Amino acid sequence: MIEICDVHKSFGDLEVLKGIDLEVKKGEVVSVIGGSGSGKSTLLYCINGIEDIQQGKIVVDEVDVHAKATNQDRLRQKLGMVFQQWNSFPHLTVLENAALAPRIVLKKSKKEATEVARQELTHVGLGDKFDEYPSRMSGGQQQRLAIARALAMKPDYMLFDEVTSALDPELVGEVLDTLRMLRDDGMTMICVTHEIGFAREVSDKVAFFHQGIIEEIGSPEQVISNPCQETTRKFLSKVLH
Amino acid sequence: MGSFFTPLSWHDAPFILTGILNTIYISTVAIIIGTILGLMVGFLRAESNRFTNVLMGGGLDVLRSVPLIIQLILFSTYIGATGHPLDPFVAGSIVLSLYTMAFMSEVFRGGFESVQQPMQVAARSLGLTYWQTVRYIRLPIGMRAVFPSWLGVALSVIKDSALVSVIGYMELLRTSEQLISRTQQPLQILIGVGFFYFLISYPLSLYGKRVEGKMVS
Ligand SMILES: Nc1ncnc2c1ncn2[C@@H]1O[C@H](COP(=O)(O)OP(=O)(O)O)[C@@H](O)[C@H]1O
Ligand SMILES: [Mg+2]
Repeated sequence: MIEICDVHKSFGDLEVLKGIDLEVKKGEVVSVIGGSGSGKSTLLYCINGIEDIQQGKIVVDEVDVHAKATNQDRLRQKLGMVFQQWNSFPHLTVLENAALAPRIVLKKSKKEATEVARQELTHVGLGDKFDEYPSRMSGGQQQRLAIARALAMKPDYMLFDEVTSALDPELVGEVLDTLRMLRDDGMTMICVTHEIGFAREVSDKVAFFHQGIIEEIGSPEQVISNPCQETTRKFLSKVLH
Repeated sequence: MGSFFTPLSWHDAPFILTGILNTIYISTVAIIIGTILGLMVGFLRAESNRFTNVLMGGGLDVLRSVPLIIQLILFSTYIGATGHPLDPFVAGSIVLSLYTMAFMSEVFRGGFESVQQPMQVAARSLGLTYWQTVRYIRLPIGMRAVFPSWLGVALSVIKDSALVSVIGYMELLRTSEQLISRTQQPLQILIGVGFFYFLISYPLSLYGKRVEGKMVS
């Protein structure tokens, strides 16, 4: 379980998160929607400790992410993250991309690491691309590689930060299909997304971010189909039309 | 009594060979030490804040701007004045290595900086530690990117090593100067020496071009 309690985060004088409360239970899919600059990415970065926080607490499976005693490198092993940009490692083949972290972080043997990498790559539909270099693949394929690379660490949670925003429209579908598949596998996920239709379809909960606070949170029907806040309605009418 | 000058002959081959080997020797030493130090300094520069960078940059600028021949003479004169003169090879290696390091550090700094923050964050998010990210992501990606520049510096070090002759190291240029003063055949000897430098530099630069071509495609 991920528990986020009253989290405040500032960059210098700019307060980006102004008291965020959110709970993500095992197996849940939570979508985060909201305007650009509202702090969605920052929240994900705080959850896996890439960014520190000024106030409040984030607890992942009983471990306080920002406590001094916490080994964040260790913690990140159970929090997979995929970004808007796929960031494939250009010097490694597809298979090596996915096998790297299992091998050097989990200290698996080369054979074991390669085996996990193969499985995850096949799972996301890249079973025929093992020896390809990422630079020769489309954005959609590279994004699926990024997902497989994260899955190869066998994480308990996946954090997705607008993973389809940098893709050509015709490639969005294949990546969303991959996310649907993960949901069906029972993966716990937080998806920051602008794909409102997708959010409505897959989420257990939708959180609408506005200027550093969660303006509205609830079931997709409630937040997307019948929002009670004026700001939510305005945002939705902008992105849906 | 015969002539004081004796023409070039096969008996001079071992002497010339010593010069060739010494040139290769001191260049290799300088390139290896310069690369190792340059990697460390380049990494520090890519990682450190503006203030430390200005300090380090100043020192490196001096090494890069003062002509190598002056650095060599200054260093060996200073060491000589302390009463513990160094072997020309040692003194030459120290100066040439530091000079090489000054150029290599800029090359490597560019390499480390070519790996952008998001790529590093992606690696860290997989659970890689800071140093694992340096070792498995930044180093290999950065080094590939700057390999052609590295080779360029290495080639110029081979040529610049001729200057170590001024402090008495018996590398190729100095052996040929001695032969010239004995044989009075400067043209043949200098053409031969020039040809030798070409012979080691050109294949390396061809190789560099090929690697560069591969990376672009
Ligand atoms: N590393 C940073 N340094 C300074 N300001 C930042 C940094 N990252 C994000 N911000 C600022 O924080 C705010 C929220 O950013 P972000 O979380 O990326 O928003 P979103 O993902 O919702 O578009 C923005 O105003 C952005 O400019
Ligand atoms: Mg964002």
